[in-house]
Amino acid sequence: MNSLAKIVKYSFYDILRSWWVLLYGLFFLAITSTLLYFSGDFTKSLVSLLNVVLLLVPLISTVFGTMYFYNSREFTELLLAQPIKRSHIFLGQYLGLTISLMLSFCLGIGLAFVVYAGTLEQSSHLFMLMLCGSLLTAIFTIVAFLVSVCFEDKIKGFGIAILIWLCAAVIYDGLFLAFLVVFNDYPLEKASVGITLFNPIDLSRILILLRLETAALLGYTGAVFEKFFGTMQGTLISFTALVLWIILPLILFIRKVSHKDF
Amino acid sequence: MEMLTNTYSHFIQHKHTHNFSVGVVAALLSKTVCMLSILLIVTYQLTYAQTLEVRKTGPIQSIKKAIQLAQPHDTISIREGIYLESEIIIDKPLTIIGRNNPVIDGQLTGEIITIQADSVVLEGVTLQNVKTSAIKDYAAVRISRSKHCTIRNNHIKNAFFGIYLEKADSCRVQNNRIHSQAKMESTSGNGIHVWYCNTMLIEGNQVSGHRDGIYFEFVSGSKISGNTSTLNLRYGLHFMFSNGNEYRKNHFIKNGSGVAVMYAKEIVMEENTFENNWGAAAYGILLKDITDSRIEKNRFVQNTVGIHAEGTNRTLIQHNEFSQNGWALRMMGSCEDLRFENNNFISNTFEVATSNNYTSSNTFTGNYWSSYTGYDLDKDGVGDVAHKPVKLFTYLMEDVPTSMVLIRSLFIDLLELAEKVAPVLTPTNVQDTQPSIHLNHW
Amino acid sequence: MIEIKNIHKSFGKVEVLKGIDIRMEKGKIYAFLGPNGSGKTTLIKSILGLVQPDKGDILVGGENIRNNWHYKNQIGYMPQIARFPENLTMTELFRMTKDIRKSVSNEEEYIRYFHLEDSRKKALKNLSGGMKQKVNAIQALMFNPDILIFDEPSAGLDPVSHIKLKDLILQEKSRGKTILLTTHILSEVEELADEVIFLLEGKIYFQGSVPELLYSQDETRLDRAIARITQKKTLTKYKNAGM
Repeated sequence: MNSLAKIVKYSFYDILRSWWVLLYGLFFLAITSTLLYFSGDFTKSLVSLLNVVLLLVPLISTVFGTMYFYNSREFTELLLAQPIKRSHIFLGQYLGLTISLMLSFCLGIGLAFVVYAGTLEQSSHLFMLMLCGSLLTAIFTIVAFLVSVCFEDKIKGFGIAILIWLCAAVIYDGLFLAFLVVFNDYPLEKASVGITLFNPIDLSRILILLRLETAALLGYTGAVFEKFFGTMQGTLISFTALVLWIILPLILFIRKVSHKDF
Repeated sequence: MEMLTNTYSHFIQHKHTHNFSVGVVAALLSKTVCMLSILLIVTYQLTYAQTLEVRKTGPIQSIKKAIQLAQPHDTISIREGIYLESEIIIDKPLTIIGRNNPVIDGQLTGEIITIQADSVVLEGVTLQNVKTSAIKDYAAVRISRSKHCTIRNNHIKNAFFGIYLEKADSCRVQNNRIHSQAKMESTSGNGIHVWYCNTMLIEGNQVSGHRDGIYFEFVSGSKISGNTSTLNLRYGLHFMFSNGNEYRKNHFIKNGSGVAVMYAKEIVMEENTFENNWGAAAYGILLKDITDSRIEKNRFVQNTVGIHAEGTNRTLIQHNEFSQNGWALRMMGSCEDLRFENNNFISNTFEVATSNNYTSSNTFTGNYWSSYTGYDLDKDGVGDVAHKPVKLFTYLMEDVPTSMVLIRSLFIDLLELAEKVAPVLTPTNVQDTQPSIHLNHW
Repeated sequence: MIEIKNIHKSFGKVEVLKGIDIRMEKGKIYAFLGPNGSGKTTLIKSILGLVQPDKGDILVGGENIRNNWHYKNQIGYMPQIARFPENLTMTELFRMTKDIRKSVSNEEEYIRYFHLEDSRKKALKNLSGGMKQKVNAIQALMFNPDILIFDEPSAGLDPVSHIKLKDLILQEKSRGKTILLTTHILSEVEELADEVIFLLEGKIYFQGSVPELLYSQDETRLDRAIARITQKKTLTKYKNAGM
């Protein structure tokens, strides 16, 4: 096992020991079972769950990401004095946190679904939700790490990370809407596809909604979206966009970190 | 029915007075025993009319020849086998019955059967391969300017038009299966096409894969019941300028654009199911210029729009179920005096959308709304707070359709919340002041 | 063993190290002294690769440490404050570092030496400050490295443990290790240091043995000598500023 895998392993152990990641998983277990049992309608519960996931996964990943980075600073320094490649230490910590968050998220939802005994078709929808949730976890954790490494001050870093989350979750859509209202006289469907691609939360929302029945109601705009996201090529582009949201901040993070003084 | 009976009674009295009992019974009991008269006619026909048999190995091997040989009111029985014939013209009252499922194959040459006489019965045959044309509406069966014809229990495959009725009167189209595999609207025809007809009965047919499943234009006093129309390219049912018709217990499922009813009055639609009509311009039902009608006990399930109404007036919409539609209702301008009473609105993405210049005298009373967030303190089953089914986002989308991309986003949720606390944009006159707390039953 | 050549480092506009040259040999203890902010910690962190110098080279065992991490196998580091993942136990922490370093270790010996046998299964966050310091010391020593760096090792230790640690340091010296030490406890310096490196405002103000330092300042007591250096420097600063 190389040093990266070791760091992942130990960060992972470290995080699993703390109660909050467990609580995170339990929360999703509780909310998913509640939705599945009390609504009775799978699609409807999945749509409600989607709202919860799109709100909480990025937020919690941002919060945990910054907190973990700042709190594990001492552990980081301990590791820095050890014979390990610098990038491996940080990459390892990032992967350790992301994987544990993803795992508790997926297990929470998955377990509720298994107990509920859903069908195969339903599980494919659920898988999509898990995949998007996991990607959002990875994205917002790395963004939080990147912000944390840029700001020595914990409070400042935390504030800016939350601001970024707020931008992605709310402000972006507000501006998006303003744009649509202002330029209402122009055909904006294709532009909308583009704008959606740039925001991972919007992109995940559309990817999942299009796979549920509710997708077809999107009218003409929906038809254009369906035409893009419904194809293999569109799906590929979407996931590439999401993965780029992980890779680009990750590259910046690693570059930043390899020149940083501790 | 009354007319039918009278005609037959008349016929019997004049031409067969030797059968004294028939005349007496018909004369004495008139309407109430109409069924009996018909039975007696059948008895008469079996006794006096001739039956010709078309058989692959018999003396008469072609249907056309049998028709040529037959006298009016004769029966032609077609035996099993494939008959490669088209342009068959029935110009005298005949009963044509298929035995052991014979197939008449038009080989894509033109129309298969054209009926130009009254009282023709066509039953139990399979008609297939009708030519597609841009100039002429070729059909598997055409009834032209005739009365009292019956087309039943036939199977029509791969036809341009299935059954085409023009200027016909009092005909019955029953229990036929009409299936095609149309690919494009421009090169496909309708399953059952009715034009300038009266008193038709369209019952128990299954239509799929055509342009419109059932098409009515200038048809009145007719009943359409128990039909299933699915997977048609455009509309499951499409009618225009057709007044006073009744539609009961039909199923319209997965049609390209759902059902469109236009420019008609005194329509009754009951217990129909409109299901799974999804698409950019699809509706459960599109009501355009419909007046003085009644829409009752129908189910609208999983359609892009449950009911889309334009210029619809004085219509009662009650006891319908709207569930899991994109929009349960869309009301565009000039809808007046629509009464929505005791319907159930369950799990629709949007409940009601209105055009933004909406001012109306439409009313909502006693409906159940699954999204109702009010309360019922006195426990009388009626919510104490009015339900406002038009949400800010629905309102926004009428103006800026592209804003649909923001559906279920946090931003929109926050906007909705703000609007709920302090309504600014959403119309206040669309509200159900007596929302039902429980599902309505009927 | 360690060669430091003309090291410069600034944090923003603040120049912390302004050209430092030191050569440190095997079997000697080097004590780094200097007021707060004189650059001691930055220098040590530069050797450890935690801080990257703007200019100059550091050679450890003849190897340049720039963009290199293998040389850290030769170093044991005891930081000023205990730094470990809080949820791990001592056993797990040692298992982890052993897993990472893959060298022979003798932590058991040290655990017994510091009487930490009963704390093996406790989460590290539940240990007292002094105990954490001991764990820290064991972390530095357990792989028997050629170079040992102690940053304020006595902080938080009780007198007995303090003596025990000093004994360990001397023992390591006798094994021919290069030992770097920062401390504010001057008795420790007098007891242990072969050479004192006095840093002032990012430069080496004095380098030599304790007696040499005393002689240079014409004092008999180390604390007086140090106070004098610091004062003198402050005075010159005022003079330069035209006061």
